[in-house]
Amino acid sequence: MLSLIVFLPLGAALVLGASPLPDAVSRWAWVALTAAELVLVGVLVAGYDTPADGGLGWEERARWIPSVGSSYHVGVDGLSLPLIALTAVIFCACAVYALREGRRPRAQAALFLFLQSTCMGLFAAQDLILFFLFFDLSIVGMYFAIAGWGHGGAARSALKFFLYTFLGSLALLVGFIGLYLAADPHTFDIPELVAAAPLADDAVTGAWVLGAVLLGLAVKTPTVPFHTWLPPAHTDASAIGSAVLAGILLKMGTYGFVRIAMPALPSAWQAWAWVILTVGVVSVLYGALVALAQTDVKRMIAYTSVNHMGYVLVAVGAAGLVASGTEARELAVTGAVTQMVSHGLITAALFLLAGVLHDRAGSYAMDDYGGLAAPAPRYAGFFAVAAFASLGLPAFSGFVAEFQIFAGSIGATWVAVLAVPGILLTAALFLRAYQRLFTGPTTGRAVDFRDLRPRELLSVGGLLLLSLLVGVAPWPLLDLIAPAAASVVGLVSR
Amino acid sequence: MHEEPLALLPEICLLAGAVVTLLAGSFLPRERQWVARLIAATALFGSAVTAATALTDPVRTVYGGTFAVDTATGAVRLVVTSATLLVIGLGVDELAGTRRESESYVLLLLGALGASVMGSTTDLLVLVIAFLLGSIPLYGLIGMLRSPGAAEAALKTYLLGALSGILLLLGTTVLYGLGGATAYADLAPGLAGAPAAALAVGLLGVLAGLLFKAGAVPGHFWVPDAAQAAGTPAAAFLTTVPKIGALVAIHRLVTVLPASIDGPLLVAVLAAVTMTLGNLAAFTQTDVRRLLGWSTVSQVGYLLMPVAVASGSAAALPALLLYLGAYAVTNLAAFAVVAAVPDRRTLEDFRGLAASSPWLAGALLVALLSLVGTPPTAVFVGKLTVFTAAWDGGLVWLVVVAALNSVASLFYYLRWIAPAFRRGGPEAEPDRSRTSASVAAVLAAACVLGLGLAAGAVLPLLDGPLTR
Repeated sequence: MLSLIVFLPLGAALVLGASPLPDAVSRWAWVALTAAELVLVGVLVAGYDTPADGGLGWEERARWIPSVGSSYHVGVDGLSLPLIALTAVIFCACAVYALREGRRPRAQAALFLFLQSTCMGLFAAQDLILFFLFFDLSIVGMYFAIAGWGHGGAARSALKFFLYTFLGSLALLVGFIGLYLAADPHTFDIPELVAAAPLADDAVTGAWVLGAVLLGLAVKTPTVPFHTWLPPAHTDASAIGSAVLAGILLKMGTYGFVRIAMPALPSAWQAWAWVILTVGVVSVLYGALVALAQTDVKRMIAYTSVNHMGYVLVAVGAAGLVASGTEARELAVTGAVTQMVSHGLITAALFLLAGVLHDRAGSYAMDDYGGLAAPAPRYAGFFAVAAFASLGLPAFSGFVAEFQIFAGSIGATWVAVLAVPGILLTAALFLRAYQRLFTGPTTGRAVDFRDLRPRELLSVGGLLLLSLLVGVAPWPLLDLIAPAAASVVGLVSR
Repeated sequence: MHEEPLALLPEICLLAGAVVTLLAGSFLPRERQWVARLIAATALFGSAVTAATALTDPVRTVYGGTFAVDTATGAVRLVVTSATLLVIGLGVDELAGTRRESESYVLLLLGALGASVMGSTTDLLVLVIAFLLGSIPLYGLIGMLRSPGAAEAALKTYLLGALSGILLLLGTTVLYGLGGATAYADLAPGLAGAPAAALAVGLLGVLAGLLFKAGAVPGHFWVPDAAQAAGTPAAAFLTTVPKIGALVAIHRLVTVLPASIDGPLLVAVLAAVTMTLGNLAAFTQTDVRRLLGWSTVSQVGYLLMPVAVASGSAAALPALLLYLGAYAVTNLAAFAVVAAVPDRRTLEDFRGLAASSPWLAGALLVALLSLVGTPPTAVFVGKLTVFTAAWDGGLVWLVVVAALNSVASLFYYLRWIAPAFRRGGPEAEPDRSRTSASVAAVLAAACVLGLGLAAGAVLPLLDGPLTR
């Protein structure tokens, strides 16, 4: 079942890529496939019961490369299942949004299906080599998504993205090899490594291995100072490329923290917790401040991603402070995972909305627009909702996530208070951007701006509705995440 | 003296095939040279089959300890013969009907024989013979095109080869003088108490010869020139097959050395320098053959990593053999794409390849991503095992250098991939189709993916003892 979810899009991508289907057929086939994935993931979620022993649901394991201790091992738990569901939702929204794509729609559908496979596979992977395989392939897929369907300096941005994240992935590989060699018997299996926690007694090697893993994940997340690839990649990618990049690919980094780095290297994580917390606080503040200074809508949203991912880092850093209470740290990790889901939904919606700007008027510059609310009231409304959700207004998922992160992290250490101004800054920057774009007399490219079409309404509306749903009734999601967060905190406290 | 001709059957097949091909080619009219091609391919196939059946033979040395029959020998034979078959496959379009078709096949067979013997021998004197047997056909192959560039490349290779050959002989003489034997089994105890300085001279001499064959620093100067100027099949052959024999030969030699000199460190430094230099030089290339030439230099750097930990890690030999196989098929896939579109010579020429021949573009993508080391391709598994072995052997710094180099190499491979997938070239004319090279390219790319995914099945086969 899980393998079907992972490999169905890949198979479909191969078929779409090889067969000369007409454009309209391939667009609708893509929507149908992502909808089918959504249904399959629904079945997966419905059939998942939190295993009593902190194990995995829907587990599958097959021999792959036994001589290096690597196997095809997939499974889901409270950390990965929300992200798998998020992946299905965002790709479905992207497929709907791209229903009017005129540039090589068949190739685009094939590429995004391939990307979907890699994202699903990464979140399901329970083996480091399998994780790395999907990690790398997602980079390759995103490179082609940016280079092939981007605009402006897309080739250059794509190259920067590829080189930068590939550096991260190789650092990750080096770290993985270190973990593998430290384990006795040598293995790449994540549950086995977590159970063994190699390097717990070797502080020096543990620090180096964690450093390599952290570098790899930090580039992908991205955190200050490894974030410089993100703004150009987002600015020059297509709307759905940005949505997938921000909504899902960034989560691979933060997911790696809770899946691999924290449970497998607990003592090193504890030793480094302050560093991670500090980097998180800096990312929060720096991302928000730089976003405040942007005049390009997409760049602004890109920097808010740095800010939002910073909260996750604050939470996972605080979780490593074993001197403080367990309950607070569990709350922080639950908030971190919720934030991944929440940020995915909201940022994907924001990027799709930003794509509408480029679609209609060919520019992301705030100065080119003014008074958009008059010609495009629905667009203004949706953008307002997305912006408010992103700045953490109660009743949206962002509030649930950030509230838990702060409640938990501040409960663990007062230093986390330093990140709170990030929320204020985000509110300021969104309100300022909203004013410049939507209020006042209609000027510049806003004249004759066409309001949202049904496919845009449906895709963005769906994402925002889910965010609202999580915000209003968070308990189904939290019930899923909380036991896994508790077990991560338990593992990192060893 | 353990005379077992049957143990050498794969090599005998190659030699007999070369002789018969030469004779047949001399008497056949030019339009019927396909018979010679058939004979050469049959000989290679026969050699591969006999090598495969010999895999289950007991591990031993034959002919007075000069020739090892072990896992490494079996792997070398299989990779060399399959690679040469693939070279003929990708080169048929270019060679068919030319004046020197059958001679090309003969030289390919002899070169393969040299590489095979080089990788299998456990005696310094046989190593010298194998060096000459493998080198002389190369000079001919490179110069075969008779263009000014090819002449220059052939001369360069010849001069460097002659110098390396002399150094190899010198090193052999010194080691023989020190150890009192040329067979490794007797050499190892003989060298145990030898003075370190003299030992170092001997080692450097022998290494100089082998590094020339492997195309590693400092014997790498001929590789980019030859890859650029020689015909495509010759370029594909000389950047792939000689390396296989040479690297296994270095591996065998390093295990013989006593601990009194730090051979592993020397090899590790050479590996780091080779991969870095190859990558840096490849950055600015615009001719794809030259770029591939430098890329093969950098790949030898990675291949030298397990050699550096030959006696320090049990995982070194399987890692080396796996990487060799992965590298051979990947490099040949890239050359097959080059051979399939002979009109596209520069990076800019490759613009629009995906639109005009999607299968070739796909094969190119797989081959180049494999050279970078992206999963799930063959070289990724090779790099994984090689990095693991090097770290296991205590060379963490080399692993970091290699990882950084992999990132750097991505840059120039992307310079090639990006135009291939960009829209429309300046000229939209269809490519001159070269069927068999295209088939070879797609087949090799499929093997790259297959070997990467099925590495779990291959790796245990390579885990055998090294005899001497």
